[in-house]
Amino acid sequence: MHPIVKLVAQRLALGLLLLFAASILIFAGTSILPGDVAQQILGQSATPEALENLRRELGLNEPAITRYFSWLGGVMQGDLGTALTNGRDIAESLGTRLSNTLFLAFWAAVIAVPLAITLGLLAVRYKDRWPDKVISAVTLTTISIPEFMIGYVLIFFLSIQLPQLINGMEFLSDGVRNWMLSNLRFSSVALMNDSMTLIEKIKSITLPIMVLTLVVLAHMMRMTRAAILNVMQSAYIETAELKGLGMLKIIRKHAFPNAIAPIVNVVMINLAYLVVGVVVVEVVFAYPGMGQYLVDHVAKRDIPVVQACGLIFAAVYIGLNLVADIVSILANPRLRHPK
Amino acid sequence: MNDQLKHLSERVTKGLMTRREFVGRAAALGVTAAVANSMLATAAKAAGPVKGGTIKLGASGGESTNTQDPALTASEVPLYNLRHWGETLVDVAADGSIEYRMAESVEGSADAKKWVFKIRKGIPFSNGQDMTPDDVLKTMQRHSNEDSQSGALGIMRGIENMSVDGDNFVVELAAGNADLPYLMSDYHLMIQPGGGMDNPGAGIGTGPYTIEFDEPGVRHGFKRRDDYWDSENRGHAEFSEQIVLNDATARTAALQSGQVHMINRVDPKVAGLLDRAPNLTVKSVAGRGHYVFIMHIDTAPFDNNDLRLALKYAINREEMVDKILRGYGTVGNDMPINGGYPLFDDTIPQREFSLEKAAEHYKKSGHDGSPIILRTADGAFPGAVDAAALFQQSAQAAGIPLEIKREPNDGYWSEVWNVQPFCASYWGGRPVQDQMYSTAYLSTADWNDTRWKVPAFDEMLLAARAEIDEAKRKEIYSKMGRMLRDEGGLILPMFNDFVGAVANNVGGYEDDPNGPLMNNKAPIKCWINA
Repeated sequence: MHPIVKLVAQRLALGLLLLFAASILIFAGTSILPGDVAQQILGQSATPEALENLRRELGLNEPAITRYFSWLGGVMQGDLGTALTNGRDIAESLGTRLSNTLFLAFWAAVIAVPLAITLGLLAVRYKDRWPDKVISAVTLTTISIPEFMIGYVLIFFLSIQLPQLINGMEFLSDGVRNWMLSNLRFSSVALMNDSMTLIEKIKSITLPIMVLTLVVLAHMMRMTRAAILNVMQSAYIETAELKGLGMLKIIRKHAFPNAIAPIVNVVMINLAYLVVGVVVVEVVFAYPGMGQYLVDHVAKRDIPVVQACGLIFAAVYIGLNLVADIVSILANPRLRHPK
Repeated sequence: MNDQLKHLSERVTKGLMTRREFVGRAAALGVTAAVANSMLATAAKAAGPVKGGTIKLGASGGESTNTQDPALTASEVPLYNLRHWGETLVDVAADGSIEYRMAESVEGSADAKKWVFKIRKGIPFSNGQDMTPDDVLKTMQRHSNEDSQSGALGIMRGIENMSVDGDNFVVELAAGNADLPYLMSDYHLMIQPGGGMDNPGAGIGTGPYTIEFDEPGVRHGFKRRDDYWDSENRGHAEFSEQIVLNDATARTAALQSGQVHMINRVDPKVAGLLDRAPNLTVKSVAGRGHYVFIMHIDTAPFDNNDLRLALKYAINREEMVDKILRGYGTVGNDMPINGGYPLFDDTIPQREFSLEKAAEHYKKSGHDGSPIILRTADGAFPGAVDAAALFQQSAQAAGIPLEIKREPNDGYWSEVWNVQPFCASYWGGRPVQDQMYSTAYLSTADWNDTRWKVPAFDEMLLAARAEIDEAKRKEIYSKMGRMLRDEGGLILPMFNDFVGAVANNVGGYEDDPNGPLMNNKAPIKCWINA
């Protein structure tokens, strides 16, 4: 068997074991929280009778172990069950939320990853000169500002001030202004539904994409810069220089392929963040992703939903790490052809 | 009204001019802002409802765990949902009177023990069936039977028997209760076909809308029904949409950029700033909710009425309303009732801030000067920690050694409130005085958080409950209010307003003290001016 296939198989098996362990931790964690789903649903107006009736119907009177294994049994057969709070099919609600989350993460990544790497390469090319300094200063500033703050600032300028500014430009004709108003619309509410076309969807999430890009840019950019600078110290780079190759060509053809492994690792960490860590951005833009869905159900102690979300998040992390490892191996001839 | 003003106000109604511009131009014509605003309201009403369009609400208080089952409704967004598709037997109108919905009249016996609701005929559910008294009975049974999980179970407790008699729905109580019709306005009690026993979350009712899409925690959409029975007064917009915006800044931004027409829960801190925006108006209405500092009157040193009075005189109510509520509220009078309640006696004198009286009572109490500990937390009510600090300062000026202990939010309601002898807390209002007093000031009440257990007070409460003569009831309630004010364990410095905001192209908005945004009915009672 090819060593890579073997590695993937091993890692997948280990991943399943990790998922199992994660599900136990999540279940235990949610069970320790004070109060249960019946109390959270009925709130302050609950009478003891109503609580008891609801608990009985939801099966909360069963011991925790029994509930865990009946849940596990369902999952093994591909049945995630229904939410305790509103009786909805978890797989169905989760499916919509997950696809929204992946949609946002995908478009944020499509913009952020190439941009970060390009900026990183430029920073190396102009090392210690003003482009390098500007790139670092700007990206480090945006990563230092909390993401909700970036969101608010963008909303203030692009959603609220910009239309007023356009309205005030009386030197333009009405037609031009109306065109600008309808095409330069930045929605502060990122609506998402099936009746929208792809273009409408992307327009709707323009601001969240911008925020996420600004948040993840610095990490990837700095890692690209550091990894390539590291390679640039090597003897073969000097050789390339002595051959008379241009700086950009050296970086592109000789330095970058050898710096891929650390770059891919940090890219994968950021992709995982884009999938599992964006709840704050979801709240600011009211985006129907998985983060908000998970937080709501934790607050209501709706264990089956929390479990399902937890499994998906864990699977995303494990999967992306696996991809990072495989790419590192493929990018490195010494690992690709082990002795 | 001169012609020019009339012309201007019509322009505003049609959306050709902003309200602010109008007030400015009216001022130029020598009209005060207050008069200008009331002229606008008249003009909007005269224009009449505009049918059609889409009305959008950006609302806080929605979670992805929400359901359409009225029995399990506890937060604000599901409440807006219920109002769209369902209706109760009666509503409480903005002026505190009973507005008949599914019942066309109600009659109580002389001892207020038997209540007969005459049910309207020929009103269709959204599934085509006609609503019958039997549906009403089944609905009430679902909220009160042994297996009930309903949030309304508590208020259904006093009911001994319910039955159908021809076109009537009959309720018999164990003890007289003149306020029973008000209890039937509870939002949990939406009339559903077959009582909603089979499918409680189906969203089928007699309301002006049907559910178009239902994505809990994200958005809810409704389409107007053509066969709605009261289409003159409700259900003006063709479509109504609620977008869940739990983040305060997201809500205000959505309204400012015109993505929604109205929002709930505007933070008093930004309300003044928001009101300056040209295309919207902040709407605040005095409600019945209040922020309190509560003392257990059975625990030293709070068992001494002079010490309680000293603390009551030592709190600067105006300052609280000013700094904590930013003016979006009214001063309280150490009783949980204000002008928002029916049968309120407005001759009860307002307690004023007086350091001399506070010092005098404190001296009379003979307190040993050991620190009096007030517990508070951010979650007790918005601004509770700051309010406690203000209280501490004024109390110390009167020589009262008040000390603040800050508690964590998590567990405040189980570890501190109703457990510790002196802490900050809040109450939402109730539609009638009886319900407010029964919830927290009856000897046997679960939530008697001031340990107010006074037999004479209980007797008055029960007597008032069964009293049909309104003048007599008002008198009893007045006595009860005065008693609590002078002897009770609650320091009630302020009633908080419901603060929302509405775009200027929305017509039909009227203040309603029963709840936020017209008691959650703004989307079904307002319209969009084209």
